[in-house]
Amino acid sequence: MIKKANIIDLAPLSSTSKIKIPLAQTPIKAGFPSPAEDYLEPPIDLNQTLIRHPASTFFGRVSGESMCDAGIHEGDILIIDKSLEPYNGAAAVCFIDGEFTLKFIRIFRREVWLIPANPSFPKLKVSAENNFLIWGIVTYVIKKMTSSAMPPFPIKSDIK
Amino acid sequence: MIGLLDCNNFYVSCERVFNPALNGVPVVVLSNNDGCVIARSNEAKALGIEMGVPIFKIRALVQQKNVRIFSSNYTLYGDMSARVMSLLRTKVPQIEVYSIDESFLDLNGIKNLEIFGRQLVAKITRCTGIPVSLGIATSKTLAKVANKFAKKYKGYHGCCLIDSEEKRLVALKRTNIENVWGIGRRLSAKLKAEGILNAYQFSLLPPAKVRQMMTVVGARLWRELNGEPCLFLSDEIENKKQICNARSFGEMTQSLDDLSAATALHATRCAEKLRQQNLCAGAVLTFIQTNRFREDLPQYFNQALVSFPTATNDTLEIVKAALQALRQIFKTGYDYKKCGVLALSLTPEAHLQGDLFDAKNRLKSAALMSCLDKLNAQKPSCVVSAATCHLERTALKSAYVSKHFTSDWKDIIQVKI
Repeated sequence: MIKKANIIDLAPLSSTSKIKIPLAQTPIKAGFPSPAEDYLEPPIDLNQTLIRHPASTFFGRVSGESMCDAGIHEGDILIIDKSLEPYNGAAAVCFIDGEFTLKFIRIFRREVWLIPANPSFPKLKVSAENNFLIWGIVTYVIKKMTSSAMPPFPIKSDIK
Repeated sequence: MIGLLDCNNFYVSCERVFNPALNGVPVVVLSNNDGCVIARSNEAKALGIEMGVPIFKIRALVQQKNVRIFSSNYTLYGDMSARVMSLLRTKVPQIEVYSIDESFLDLNGIKNLEIFGRQLVAKITRCTGIPVSLGIATSKTLAKVANKFAKKYKGYHGCCLIDSEEKRLVALKRTNIENVWGIGRRLSAKLKAEGILNAYQFSLLPPAKVRQMMTVVGARLWRELNGEPCLFLSDEIENKKQICNARSFGEMTQSLDDLSAATALHATRCAEKLRQQNLCAGAVLTFIQTNRFREDLPQYFNQALVSFPTATNDTLEIVKAALQALRQIFKTGYDYKKCGVLALSLTPEAHLQGDLFDAKNRLKSAALMSCLDKLNAQKPSCVVSAATCHLERTALKSAYVSKHFTSDWKDIIQVKI
């Protein structure tokens, strides 16, 4: 039996980030010119850093816990690049038997295995009966930080 | 050499990218308002579902064969189209986006075209999930012919090259005259009556005869099929000839109020498009029509044009003119299915010819419109509009629309574990 896990929703990405390039020629009529003027550079743009191929990049949202040991949890957002060739050990969004799932892929003795990152989920060998395709390769995971991830404090041992 | 790259069954393919369970099953996409079939998967074509057939005519077949139907989701299709075209731009020096799902490519100077073409097809298919086909030849019309072969025969691996006289002749002989780009239904009937059944026979006609039968356009087509390029890649920023906004009603209507509201809305959209492209319209045309598939009902179609003394892109002027045109053509007692507005004789804002007797304060109007656009750019859209637009809401029917993956995080499906 395959446990359903890490089902994700997919959304195309619009990378229309506009970078405002600072205009250096400040109309200073009096006083001192900014000492930073000669050193201005466009600020860091996350789109540029995290999305190397905008035309082939899509977003997905994780639901499930089969990849928790890889630090991927329910609600995380995946950045998926369809242009990349699958490789051994890649975290891949696969479509299998009617659903999108995220697993590590391993090619072993000419067979494709889907490896979860959670010991309570089974490793799955892809067989001819599976309706299977590798949809895209996950390049980054975006996670919203919440305080619920904090371990309980104080507990007994913290109080002296 | 010129290439024509075309997305296979584009709208269906877009749906399949985000729902791969649709692969291998019959799928159709419907026009606005869920009226007619405008895209079909190969499986749906094999069932004999014709392009443009109204959905109510094939309900039984849809049910029996479990054909999946989708309302058109242009937000998604537009996004996927932009991806395909942007990939093309990175690989080809010049492209002409011909429609939402096809582009002509300038391939001059590229060596090993067959290998290049196959790699291009494979890359776009992998990167976007949309299967594409590429035809390459010396002219646009021949590239179109080649594209059909690339799509039809698997052996081409998505890319068909017509680069020799021998290949050209074979291709033309296997292309029915009605499938030649630019030869419509009427013309192909005329040619068939003369015994011209395929593109090859057409290409053998004496030029004088072609010119006499189908004017200069036909003569150009004839030369293109004979391998001589006559149509060139047009500049992408070429000025548009017209802007159109039209839609069918969810339910047919007899009411002038309904038509006025829809016309005002279309006129508003036209004006917005004009301003986005920095164009002005010299005239607007409004048309209305009944449902031509309901042969049991009386039929009526009409259109009227109102021209402006000074070309404009002011929403209020355009709405007013479109409504004036509507009142000229409206007749009571008909069940109207569709109406639309066209903005015509477009000129760039910058080239505007002033009218000596123009009473309108153009500067004030421009300021008002720019304010309007800013307000309406915020969501929800259409904050401020002409009151006529709201006479009665003409809601679009789109019962089978797929998720709006594109634009709204909220719209994402929450799949259960």
